[in-house]
This record gives sequence, C-alpha cells and structure tokens, in this order.
Amino acid sequence: MSLLELQGVSKRFGGLMANQDVSFSVDAGQIVGLIGPNGAGKTTAFNCVAGFYAPSAGEIRLAGQVISGLPPEACARAGVGRTFQVARTFTSMTACENVMAGALLRTRRVSAARDEAMQWLAFVRLDAFADKPAGSMTISEQRRLAVARALAIAPKLLLMDEVMAGLNPTEVREMVAVVQAIRERGIACLIVEHVLEGIMPIADRIVVLDRGLKIADGTPAEVSRDPHVIHAYLGDE
Amino acid sequence: MKASTKTAALAVLAAAALLLPFVTHSPSHLNLAILVLMAAQLGVAWNLLGGYAGQVSLGHAAFYGLGAYTSTMLLLNFGLNPWLGMLLGGGVAALSSLAFGWSCFRLKGHYFAMATIAVAEIVQIVFTNWEDAGSAVGLTIPMDQRGWGAMVFADKAPYYWLALGLLALTLLATWAVERSHIGYYLRAIKDEPDAARSIGINIARYKQVALSISAFFTALGGSLYAQKELYIDPGSVLSTALSIKMALVSILGGVGTLFGPVVGSVVLTTIEELTRASFGGTGRGTDTIIYAALIVGIAVFYPSGLIGGFREWQRRRAARRAERRAAPKPARIPSGDRPAYTTDEGQS
Repeated sequence: MSLLELQGVSKRFGGLMANQDVSFSVDAGQIVGLIGPNGAGKTTAFNCVAGFYAPSAGEIRLAGQVISGLPPEACARAGVGRTFQVARTFTSMTACENVMAGALLRTRRVSAARDEAMQWLAFVRLDAFADKPAGSMTISEQRRLAVARALAIAPKLLLMDEVMAGLNPTEVREMVAVVQAIRERGIACLIVEHVLEGIMPIADRIVVLDRGLKIADGTPAEVSRDPHVIHAYLGDE
Repeated sequence: MKASTKTAALAVLAAAALLLPFVTHSPSHLNLAILVLMAAQLGVAWNLLGGYAGQVSLGHAAFYGLGAYTSTMLLLNFGLNPWLGMLLGGGVAALSSLAFGWSCFRLKGHYFAMATIAVAEIVQIVFTNWEDAGSAVGLTIPMDQRGWGAMVFADKAPYYWLALGLLALTLLATWAVERSHIGYYLRAIKDEPDAARSIGINIARYKQVALSISAFFTALGGSLYAQKELYIDPGSVLSTALSIKMALVSILGGVGTLFGPVVGSVVLTTIEELTRASFGGTGRGTDTIIYAALIVGIAVFYPSGLIGGFREWQRRRAARRAERRAAPKPARIPSGDRPAYTTDEGQS
C-alpha cells in the first residue's frame, strides 16, 4: 500500500481549475518530485495534501487514513510535515527554539523537546547556530532550519516546496545531501521543484503537472524522454 | 548578564519593593507606587495575548470592568467576601473571554484590534444602562468593615502590598506560560501563523488560551481597583483609555518580554502622574500634551520598547569590548632596534 495516495483530486478557485483529476501516489521511503511549468498547479496539489486547501473533489489518504479536508494542524498530527517556498521560520526565536516548537507536538516536555531539536539541528548541520536568532540566518540556513522544524514533528511524509530555489550550486548540493539523509531515515519526500538538476538525480519518481493535469508519471529517465513533458516545457517547434 | 546575577538583582529589587512602605510615609508617593504596580500588572496580563501571541487587543478594559463589577456586585448584593469575589470575577472574565475570542479571533491584525474595541464598547454601554449595576452613577463600597478579611483599608500600605502581590502572581503565571510549550506556541503563532499550523499547532485554541489567562488576571486587577477606590463606574473601569493604557505600557516597555510592561509602567505612569501634578489643572490639557510627546519620543527612539533598547545597548557594548580585546596590542620594539625615525608620539 502506498503511503500517500491522491485519487482524482481537483481544486477549483472560482472559474480556475488549478488541479483537475490528479492521481498519484508516494510509497514509504520514496523521493517523489512534483514538477511542471509555472502555473501547473504544483503548489495547489501540495497545499491540498498539507491541509491548507480542501480539494473540491477527490480523496487524499495518508497510510490509509483520509486526510483531505482536514485542517493543516490535523494533517501535521497525522504525519505530514511541510516547508514553504519562503522559509517562514519563526524569526524572533532562536534556531533551537524553532525546531523545539515542532518537537513539542509529540512531547509536551520542553527539556525533551530541546534534546530532540538539537539532534535535528545536527542532522541539517546547523547545530553550531542553535542559539542564533532565526531572523539573522542566511536564506540557505533558514531553509534547512525549516526542514529541521518540519522533521521534528516526526512526519511519515515530508513535503518540500522549492527548497532549492535561489540557492547557489554549493548550497543545492548541501540540500540534496539533506534530502537523501531524510530518505535514509525512512521518511518519504514529496518535493515541488524548479531546480531540475537538484531533483532529477535523487528522485525515485517524477510526477509532471501541466495546467492542472497530470501529464507524466515515472522514473526521471522516462519522464525526461516523454514527448508531453518536452512539449509542456519547451513548447512546439 | 549571567542568570545568577539576574536572579540576585531580582531578589534585591523584590526585597526593596516589599520594604518601600516602611521607607516612605508620604501617601502621595505610596499612591504613585500603587498606580505603577497596578498598571504594570495589567500590562503583564495584556502582554500574554498582545505581546507573546501578538494579538493586539484594545478591549481589555471589558475584562477589567467585569472583574471590578463582579466582586463589587456580589459584595453589595450578597455580602460575598471580596477575596472570593475577586476570584469569581476572574472566572467570569475568563468565561466571557470565550465569547470575546469567538467573535474577535475571526479577524486578524488591525481588524482584530478594531473588533476588540467594539466588544469592549458594548460591555461599557451595557453597564452604563444596567440599573442593578448602578448605571452611569456607579457603585460605592461601604467602609464599615475593614482589615485584610474585607480587603478594605484606611491607609495605603496594605493596598501597596496587595498590588505588589498581584503583580508578582501575574509575573509568575506569565513566566510559567513562557517556559511551557504554550509559550513556544504563542511566539510561533505571532511570527508565522501558517508555519505554526504546519507543525500541528491549533492556533485558534492557543490564542484562546492566551486570551483566557490574560482576561483572568486583568479581572483580578479590576477587583483590586474597586477595593482600593471603593467606588466604580463605567468611566473608571470600562473606558477605552484604560484598554489603551494596558497596551501602551507593554508596547513601550517591550512586548513579549516578561518585565517589559513593568519597565513601561514605571516610566509611563510616573511621567503621567508627574505631568499631571506639574501641568495639570490648567484646564488646557498641557499635561496630556507633554505626556503624549514623551510617548512619541519613546516610540521613535526605542521602537522595540525600552527593554529592547536596553538589550540593543548591551549587545553593542559587548561587541565593542570584544573588538577591543581582539585588536592586536601595539608591538613593542626593543629600544636598541628601534628605527631612528620613530618617535614616541608616533606610537599610541
């Protein structure tokens, strides 16, 4: 059984069909890339899974439990962690406190949450910055901090929204290493990404959306040869 | 500052505060001190919602009034002990805060603040027209019973200790909340509500928790005011100016910090009373003009509040010291090797 399953998910905003009958699945421990041109509906699909939008039609299941229509906090409790396009770290808090806020979902004991947070900070190689205010960290550091914060809620599935956008090549490599380490822990990742050289080498599967529809689903090699995908990205000759 | 230094400084301050009534016998000085403490307590209570959770309420006078009216009406109608009345007042306010939150938390930011003004205004209008609550004339607490049991005193010192105790209690509660998971959640909600939800925080519930605790302690302050003045009316315990004062002491002192509102109250209440004493009574409002000018001054020069300004100054001083330590010492050149062209003036 798949960990995450989308079945015929549609999302309508007024007259705009942002997602139309989108179905795909993510298996436990997989890295799945969700790609597509601007306006393809990637972030919409993503927000449906994370509970920020309720799908207009269709069903989303996580480990068999229906999560579509649940509010974000309930999705988080069910095991969906997420990051945002802009890191949205808690800027008035230190790096450690940011991650503690996540860890407090599973334990109400602050000291236990602090220990847990330090482990996750070490995991994303930010342990040296534990006491630094999140607001004074670089974009790349804040992105990794947001990943640590999402991991601290002990998710089964981690959704990452363009974690590599705007990073320099060294930082992209760092982030790729982090994503691979997450998979090694048995946490599945669904990654919305524009930086294809970051996602293609590490993804087990790629799902391609275009204008709200799923146009391809397969291994990175299959997808990059797919004529529909080439058409969507490059247009007609 | 080291934690131990901080604790020691706090203990000394607390001891000094406790002994103040033995040092000064001037009723006006003691009264000023009581006003400072009472405003500080309200600021600390307000800060839990407005500072930590970032939900700026300009309607907290509603809870203050509910506390004052509950204890006073129970005392006048049923002869209920004001200590118990005070506690019940806190309960009534905390309970009413559910309706307050239910209606206002649908709105965010400025619109939330506006809604809180409206709700407080409604409460004031209700009490102004409610005959059993004395309508606009207000209620007077008789002085026939005195002492700690009745919470009525002829001199100021007991009120001073009461205000100090209530402030300490409110600080303690805030400190406990700050250190618990609730404190982390409130700050998360203030910084990034969407990110807070994504890590499983039910933001509606935690805003309400902050509001209820805040309302409870605000109401205790209201009951204390009633027992101190022995007279309440809608203008004195339900006015919008009161709501603004609670927000002001917190904002000028430093929102979201434990002692910010205390610092804010010491400065603000003192300025308020001094300007009133020096420039008041002319009928031209000179005192409020100067008071307002000083508030604007603090807001301009210490945008993060007085505590924030102090921390900034501490950080800069520490940075300067570190810089001086890191700077290489001027190299000593043995006199024999000293080049002929160097002079003593050249070395500094």
